[in-house]
Amino acid sequence: MRIKCPICGERDHREFYYRGAALTRPDPDAGEGAWDDYVYLRDNPAGETRDLWYHAAGCSAWVVVTRNTLTHAVSSTELAEKT
Amino acid sequence: MGLLSKGFSGLRVLKEGLTGNTGWTPHWRDPEPKAEYDILIIGGGGHGLATAHYLASVHGLTNVAVLEKGYIGGGNIGRNTTIVRANYFLPGNSEFYSHSLKLWEGLEQDLNYNVMHSQRGIFNLFHSDGQRDAFARRGNAMINQGDDAILLDRDGVRKHLPYLDYDNVRFPVYGALYHPRGGTARHDAVAWGYARGADSRGVDILQNCEVTGIDIEGGVVKGVQTTRGAIRAKKVGIVVAGRSGQVAAMAGMRLPIESHVLQAFVTEGLKPVIDNVVTFGMGHFYISQSDKGGLVFGGDLDSYATYAARGNLPTVEHVMEAGMTLMPMIGKAKILRSWGGIMDMTPDGSPIIDKTGIDGLYIDCGWCYGGFKAVPASGHCFAHLIATDRPHEAATGLRMDRFRTGYGIMDEEGTGSQHNLH
Ligand SMILES: Cc1cc2nc3c(=O)[nH]c(=O)nc-3n(C[C@H](O)[C@H](O)[C@H](O)COP(=O)(O)OP(=O)(O)OC[C@H]3O[C@@H](n4cnc5c(N)ncnc54)[C@H](O)[C@@H]3O)c2cc1C
Ligand SMILES: [Zn+2]
Repeated sequence: MRIKCPICGERDHREFYYRGAALTRPDPDAGEGAWDDYVYLRDNPAGETRDLWYHAAGCSAWVVVTRNTLTHAVSSTELAEKT
Repeated sequence: MGLLSKGFSGLRVLKEGLTGNTGWTPHWRDPEPKAEYDILIIGGGGHGLATAHYLASVHGLTNVAVLEKGYIGGGNIGRNTTIVRANYFLPGNSEFYSHSLKLWEGLEQDLNYNVMHSQRGIFNLFHSDGQRDAFARRGNAMINQGDDAILLDRDGVRKHLPYLDYDNVRFPVYGALYHPRGGTARHDAVAWGYARGADSRGVDILQNCEVTGIDIEGGVVKGVQTTRGAIRAKKVGIVVAGRSGQVAAMAGMRLPIESHVLQAFVTEGLKPVIDNVVTFGMGHFYISQSDKGGLVFGGDLDSYATYAARGNLPTVEHVMEAGMTLMPMIGKAKILRSWGGIMDMTPDGSPIIDKTGIDGLYIDCGWCYGGFKAVPASGHCFAHLIATDRPHEAATGLRMDRFRTGYGIMDEEGTGSQHNLH
């Protein structure tokens, strides 16, 4: 799998640290249910997914990667700060 | 079962050998689905088949069907590296895996089936003083649980495993936690043995029968939709390993699970050279030798969510490097095959056997990369839960709500209860 870092270009996926599903962080007082959803529960899709990768061996950017969990095809990437 | 008719025995092998092996028959039937059963088990992997076997053999519940979307043995049950052990540390896991190892020890008699369970011993290597302390503590927990553990120093390990590179500069071998009752088994035989055990008591094993929907009315499960038609049932158990998320979604549930791929490798057949199971946690590598002679080995997850039952090359390279670091002697062996299986990973790396919020719907999932050794106890405890609506005493810790409440988290590695840390 190769991931296109928006800053560094296409790189081997081993340069990246995988964080997991790209989710919106709830408000601190959103309640137990919202935090359980955010920290633990997952859609875990078989197909298109959006997840967070950290370009550890590169520019240190957090990248949101849209990819397919059945084929490993990466369809788009963007900087997390822009999402 | 008469010794010479349907059961397996040395005598029968001899008789069949002398009469052209014409008397062997299929190990289970291939029935048409009925319109209704008391209990449906979704997923014909090791855990689903074991559940059906114990529902029938322990609880006398035989109006049961196992619904498998592919064929028996096609999932992780036929893809794992077959290591069986009871070396867990935390309450919840400890008693559960201990229970499982005891069931393993009686399994061949229970099933009248040779699953080639081989208690050849496991060596978990350690490489620093700190790791030695952690392993001593784990060994004590295992002994307190009633299982076996021996802490070996470097010379003690050398007597068993003379072929390791003891003086690796980064990870010199300091010793090992030795678990003599640990070992391996033949994975497909476990699936086949349980399938035969369930079938012979009247359970229908329905292959090529994918569940596509779960019917729920007023919070009560009523049955399922499948590619072979609708089937009604009073109770339904979900046991689909890597596909847990999708099947649970059919009941409107989201699970604390991410699916990841784990790869494994096997070499050409060699003369016996590795007598035990050896794990090299610091390098992410473990190995044993199959009875056919192939070296069977693997490492860590690829570590990103995926449903492709194949991995990427960086992990392949990493596993090979770790193996060569630990035991350079294997360098000339040729790799025959590599493959991957989809693991149902939980945030704390420990499993779930529990009710759902829906009446009559139960779930058994979250086996991560360690669910082969769990097959007997998982089937035994899941059958108990479905039959009696109460958790089996060996599985009271395997609750789904431990993540939401934070109570009873079982993070064996101590890396944190979060996705992608196990
Ligand atoms: C490479 C590798 C090495 C491993 N090594 C070890 C090891 O050494 N020791 C150990 O203890 N564990 C090991 N494991 C883990 C172990 O194999 C799994 O945890 C365990 O097999 C999972 O349970 P199962 O056997 O029921 O899964 P599976 O065999 O995967 O069964 C699940 C079944 O559900 C079916 N299914 C899915 N969706 C549907 C549907 N909608 N309808 C009907 N059926 C459906 C699937 O087709 C599948 O047959 C390893 C796994 C892998 C991949
Ligand atoms: Zn970058």
